[in-house]
Amino acid sequence: MEAFEWQQAASPENAASLATHTTTEAMLSAQGTRAAFTQAMLIKAGGVDLIGLMKDGLVSPVRLIDINHLPELQGISENAGGGFTIGALTTLAQIATHAGLMKHYPAFVQAVTTAASPQIRNRATLAGNLLQRPRCWYLRSAAHHCLRKGGEHCFAYAGDNRYHAILANHDGCAIVHPSTPATALLALQAQIESVSANGVQRVISIDDFFVLPSIDLHHENVLRTGELITAINLPAPHHTHRSAYLQLGEKTAFDWPLAAVAVFFAIDDKGICQQTRIVLGGAAPTPWRAREAERIIEGSKIDQNNARSAAEAAIAVATPLSGNAYKLPLLCTLINRTIMKAATSE
Amino acid sequence: MSDKTHETGTDQIIKPSAEIFGPGTISMVLNVNGILQSIEMEPRTTLAEALRTSLKLTGTKVACNHGACSACTVWLDDLPVAACGILAIEVVSRKITTIEGLGDADHLHPVQKSFIEHDAIQCGFCTPGMVMSCAALLARNPHLGVEEVETAISGHLCRCGTYPHVVQAMLSLSAEQEADHG
Repeated sequence: MEAFEWQQAASPENAASLATHTTTEAMLSAQGTRAAFTQAMLIKAGGVDLIGLMKDGLVSPVRLIDINHLPELQGISENAGGGFTIGALTTLAQIATHAGLMKHYPAFVQAVTTAASPQIRNRATLAGNLLQRPRCWYLRSAAHHCLRKGGEHCFAYAGDNRYHAILANHDGCAIVHPSTPATALLALQAQIESVSANGVQRVISIDDFFVLPSIDLHHENVLRTGELITAINLPAPHHTHRSAYLQLGEKTAFDWPLAAVAVFFAIDDKGICQQTRIVLGGAAPTPWRAREAERIIEGSKIDQNNARSAAEAAIAVATPLSGNAYKLPLLCTLINRTIMKAATSE
Repeated sequence: MSDKTHETGTDQIIKPSAEIFGPGTISMVLNVNGILQSIEMEPRTTLAEALRTSLKLTGTKVACNHGACSACTVWLDDLPVAACGILAIEVVSRKITTIEGLGDADHLHPVQKSFIEHDAIQCGFCTPGMVMSCAALLARNPHLGVEEVETAISGHLCRCGTYPHVVQAMLSLSAEQEADHG
């Protein structure tokens, strides 16, 4: 790790005004003129991803702006109108043990509980988890000047793509989005609150937060330079709401899922599903709504048959690469199971 | 690197502020195993490096240096964390506990005793971290089941495969505690 300066920000706005690049931008310019990239001042929260990228020589900031101590970005609170606000720096461990979140948003807590390892969950922040760079081994290899880092070539198409996308994967880059909680947060219709250097705040629907390679090859989300997440909001719970999350992976800790599914719907008194959201993780460059599956469940009463049909419809539109067609049966089984898990939950 | 290690009063803690530190060497005070210790380090010095190199507390092991193996597990304010991924400068004035603070050869921690009794160690490289995770688990939940222990050690890689013995060591400890409390 190269030497750098270290400074504690006085406030979120202060951090936003001090930051000259996002980590993503600093990785981009790292492939261009060395002089520009070594001047980057980057915001650091838990540092779980950033310190790793710095150790690997993928980003070498001149200064880290530390925000991890800022009290205004901490904590979980229940809102007056229902719903919860989770401070950006809330750790995954704090979320995993929060009774209110466990009760009202089981898919979210289940996803958080399976992320990383106990040690990392004690340190990793929710916002940092959402903003971690993809785990694509070409992106994370200093020897590969890949498209997402400003190069001219995606190595995954002709290379080893076993962990890459099976959906929305033909627009130049085939990463899968790395955040496990993001899969659940998209199903639960969360909102992202942010602030910029000038104090301007915005609230971004999670539907609009993540960016596909067809829109922008270099960024995974819509955050701009000098903009940081301050909180994540979960909408008001209701007794008709059901949600569940399941994943499959090679290891149970410190691994990213090969396939993940989060399901949300509201069940009326006749057992009919509404507001159905079925979101796939480990499948596409963003958390991915399986709308083909949602259409089969929406307006129906769930049973083994339509859960199976929904799962099959979701994978029927997949376009696997040379080495990842194995993900199709994994996801098919997982979608089916997660729908049934949500339907049979309290 | 000069390694002046001595006890200091709390008023000597250098509390980081809006001031810019580094990139060169700076003087900081870490609270390790209940002792305030002054060290020279750079902002890029990880907690694991500061413990092992400056404070000579080499019980904390570094294997992957990427948070993936948990060999470097220490407690930060009593919670297990991977010391390789934390900058020492971030944890000035925070409470840090290492394997050296848990027990020594003459005063073994119950988890250490139980590891020995259940042959839960082979090469021993992962053991300090594993013990830190297990002792933290025991401190917050004395009535352990297999699932709790397996979750607590899920981040640890042990190439010798001691996991079943670690689980047995912890379960026996749980039973003993329950017996002690009648």
